[in-house]
Amino acid sequence: MSQTTQSAGVRLAAPAASNGMNGSGANGAAATRPARKAKVSKFSHRHVDPAFYWMAVPAAILFGILLYWPFLQGVGYSFTNSQGYGKADFIGFRNYGALFQDERVGHAYLFTFLISIAITVCVNLIALFLAVALNSHIAFKNGFRAIFFIPYTLAVLVIGYVFRYLFMTAIPEMGQAMHIGWLSQSMITSESMAWFPIVFLAVWQGVAYSTLLYLAGLQTIDESVYEAASIDGSNAWQTFWKITFPLIGPFLTINLVLTMKNAMNTFDQVVALTQGGPNSSTETVTYLIFNNGLTGGEFAYQTANAVIFFLVLVVIAAIQLGISARTDRSK
Amino acid sequence: MSNVKNTAISTTATSVSDASLRVLTGNQEDPRTARIRRQNVVAHKSKDRHSTNWVLTIVLAILSLAVFIPLYFTVVTAFKDQQTVGTFALPKVWHGENFVTAWQMTDFGSTALNSLLITVCAVALTLLTNTFVAYAVARNMDKRFFRFLYYFFIGAMFVPFSVLMLPLAKQMGSFHLDNRLGLIILYVVFGLGTNLFIAIAFINSIPFSLEEAARVDGAGTWRIFWQIIFPLMGPINATIAITTTLWAWNDFLMPLIVLTDQANKTIPLAQYVFSTQFSSNYPVAFASYLMAMLPVLIVYIFSQRWVISGVMRGAVKGE
Repeated sequence: MSQTTQSAGVRLAAPAASNGMNGSGANGAAATRPARKAKVSKFSHRHVDPAFYWMAVPAAILFGILLYWPFLQGVGYSFTNSQGYGKADFIGFRNYGALFQDERVGHAYLFTFLISIAITVCVNLIALFLAVALNSHIAFKNGFRAIFFIPYTLAVLVIGYVFRYLFMTAIPEMGQAMHIGWLSQSMITSESMAWFPIVFLAVWQGVAYSTLLYLAGLQTIDESVYEAASIDGSNAWQTFWKITFPLIGPFLTINLVLTMKNAMNTFDQVVALTQGGPNSSTETVTYLIFNNGLTGGEFAYQTANAVIFFLVLVVIAAIQLGISARTDRSK
Repeated sequence: MSNVKNTAISTTATSVSDASLRVLTGNQEDPRTARIRRQNVVAHKSKDRHSTNWVLTIVLAILSLAVFIPLYFTVVTAFKDQQTVGTFALPKVWHGENFVTAWQMTDFGSTALNSLLITVCAVALTLLTNTFVAYAVARNMDKRFFRFLYYFFIGAMFVPFSVLMLPLAKQMGSFHLDNRLGLIILYVVFGLGTNLFIAIAFINSIPFSLEEAARVDGAGTWRIFWQIIFPLMGPINATIAITTTLWAWNDFLMPLIVLTDQANKTIPLAQYVFSTQFSSNYPVAFASYLMAMLPVLIVYIFSQRWVISGVMRGAVKGE
């Protein structure tokens, strides 16, 4: 689901309850304080217009049927030997046991995790640089902003096919013409190098949105802070580390969480560039779930894999948010 | 400094507290130092306004080549023939007929129509439904049930699609929704979590007095929503429309698992089928890639400011 990418919110916590209709606004301010427990139990007893239920409940039912129900079904399937059709028997935790011994699955997790770290680091470094550059006094500011956002508007799969050809044929030919040894071979067909085009494409496409997020963060910083700094004789480097960087902390957090989440779900890039090859060296977890689960006859086995993958992602998100909460507090 | 940071997070409060901060500091400052400071600031500002950082501009120009080179390569390759393909040079003879071949091979007319139909319906339905769900949840957050719904919807943002795609593919098939209608429904429903997340913050910034006045005049909740709240949500509706458009138009995985009939295929899906079947004729393949990218690129060129500000509004919700 790529839309989650698009709508980063800076506030991860729930927006404060803010119902002014009967003066319960105080609820909101207290929501994040230690006194929270006592407050939350005091839900208001006012009458709610039934129209509000008509607005929200049908959506909730659809949401349950299309999202949570398949999710729970998946958990159910993971304890069977279902092929996706026909009869299935309950086999307990056997799928899970097999998963932990499956080298192909283990490699997919390792590969996904490694490229995710590479993608997250590269995307955020480049995006942060671009955002700061785009926010400073440069010519053609809006033009550059528009240019760097172009990759975000393109389908990953389609531009991925372009990159495939570039890495397969055009770049090796260029390397041969210029007699550069390591460039002369196609990276896509090399087991040890095939990760690079995938990371490259993910970064090429992912930088656009992160840059915009950082730019949004930079624009929340009041100009007068910079004026004060420059009057005090702060140089560009100091200004960045002492002012800009701490002030866009929340945007850094959300960017890291979002890029990591997207990178862990890398799929289109693999389909376009390597199809998991050579020798299944570039299979990501999502690709493996799709490929073997839907066409490879491992339906139940791969739903078990999906359940484990979900738990892994939750743990990663929790660690990331935990770290950022701790660094926020120590500041 | 921590104060500034906090206001940066809750955007609804930013403008107010910034202004009040400035008033406060201005009043407390010694008039003389304030005057000197103001002079400095003015001098500093005027100096800055005139000096463009050309070094940085050139660096950005070079970096923007990273965006342009793949696009340039796509264009020149699409016009070449099979013998001259593979280099960055301009084609000697421009082969426009590649596009005719690609159009026929990918059945571009009907796939583009599918993509358009799915995207337009998904965006329209999303705007017409997700907004009132957000309204109902936002205005009743003090009630236990609606607070639960909020987490129910938002929680799904953390469930990656890969986790539920296998059972979902099966389920959509058994509902006979493995078609365009099913795909539209999925975009409308799956977008709900993120759209709610953006819209609720915005709705919270709309004052209650308008609704109360309308209610006193006898308007019901639905009428209040359509006549007062929905029009006021214009900016955030634009954001939702833009993100949903880009998502539905460019998405590959969802059509891949949901659509079973080839006649329903969207543009990315058609490119996938095409590339796995006839990948050897690169100029024709690139012509089809270019055709797949062009609709979005053309719309983007004419609306880039609007698109970027819309997406940014989604990033700092509720501005």
